[in-house]
Amino acid sequence: MTYQFDFGVLLPYWPQFLHACLLTLWLAATAVVCGFVIGIATVLARRSGMAVLRAVALSYIEVIRNTPFLVQVFFIFFGLPTIGISFTPWTAAFIALSLNCGAFSAEIIRGGVDSIPRGQFEAGAALGLTPLQVFRYIILKPALRIIYPALSGQFILALLTTSIVSSISAEELTSTAQLIDSDLFRSFEIYIVATLLYFALSMIFSFIFKGIDRAFFSYPIK
Amino acid sequence: MIRDFGLLEVMSILQGMWTTLALSAVAFIGGGVFGTLVALARTSAWKWLRALAGAYIDFFQGTPMLMQLFLVYYGLPVFGYHVSAWTAVAIGLTLHASAFLGEIWRGGIQAVPKGQSEAASALGLGYVSRMRDVVLPQAVKLSFAPTIGFLVQLIKGTSLAAIIGFVELSRSAQIAASTTYKPLIAYGLAAACYFAICFPLSRLSARYERRFATNT
Repeated sequence: MTYQFDFGVLLPYWPQFLHACLLTLWLAATAVVCGFVIGIATVLARRSGMAVLRAVALSYIEVIRNTPFLVQVFFIFFGLPTIGISFTPWTAAFIALSLNCGAFSAEIIRGGVDSIPRGQFEAGAALGLTPLQVFRYIILKPALRIIYPALSGQFILALLTTSIVSSISAEELTSTAQLIDSDLFRSFEIYIVATLLYFALSMIFSFIFKGIDRAFFSYPIK
Repeated sequence: MIRDFGLLEVMSILQGMWTTLALSAVAFIGGGVFGTLVALARTSAWKWLRALAGAYIDFFQGTPMLMQLFLVYYGLPVFGYHVSAWTAVAIGLTLHASAFLGEIWRGGIQAVPKGQSEAASALGLGYVSRMRDVVLPQAVKLSFAPTIGFLVQLIKGTSLAAIIGFVELSRSAQIAASTTYKPLIAYGLAAACYFAICFPLSRLSARYERRFATNT
């Protein structure tokens, strides 16, 4: 083996790596929050009385969940401009990731709502609570407790998925790594560093989420 | 526009679909073989082996699949292995799948009641026979739905091979889009192909999940 590893040449680039990490986190966080809102709307649409609304919500969930994120990104970034809707790479990435998170969140939220026995709603009503009070004091915490692990997993998944938007050169960690690679031609070292940064980010956040889980959601069920 | 979107484009996208299916099959089978080893290591009696398998799983679940492919693609030549894009992608996806399947089957193995392996031990069965004949068949049955669920993720994940230039479904759509300047049709068709593969599998997974949920 003649290859000489040289991580030293990457040192001057640390501000760019740091900035890229923040962009990645920002993209993932905004898309997950936006996706959560889309998810709630989709769940409501699926439970609505209008058949059209139910069909639209169901098709949205199935289409997004059964096609690759890469194709969704390409469709939005390269496809839509041909019918006059164009976005900057960053906006396209944000829209694609939000729509993607929305479909997965919808399934998670539906699972949470379905898991609350009907009797809980009825018991709340029998105690004279308003529907809003029933939701706030009886339903919210157990439902959150059930969907919390999946929802926090969703953030980490979104964090890792952001790397795909480098393919439309939206500025984040992977595209920054590619940019530095075109300066240095030290692909292997650069991608090792980028991979470790992603790994550090996902470990830090899964640690934080576990802490929140212990603090707020770990009480005995029965 | 170099040419119109015609039969040739449709054929090349369908050709890409076959490559995607072949790549998914290779990764799933390879991942299944190594995933079994990962699952066994993760549930082994030795602490160091469990920790090692745990670190392996954490690494693949905590880094982007695209980075894993990049590392294999750029890393192998560094160690003196000059392989084709096909081989690099197949190795990358196999490693990825082995970690995820290993974790899914670990859950399956641990969900098999402890009495089963104790009873097998009491009958004098050794580790290999206990696992092969008693625990694993039940574990596979228990984790059937999440396994199919992961297969869908894997098939969608093969699209990332397009980024390193390997011609499969997504890449052939990309090529068709740039030669005909009809990206909406090209990517729409590619999405439809993925949907045709993944949707039935998702349904299957959901049905088994429900069946298992009603059994317990």
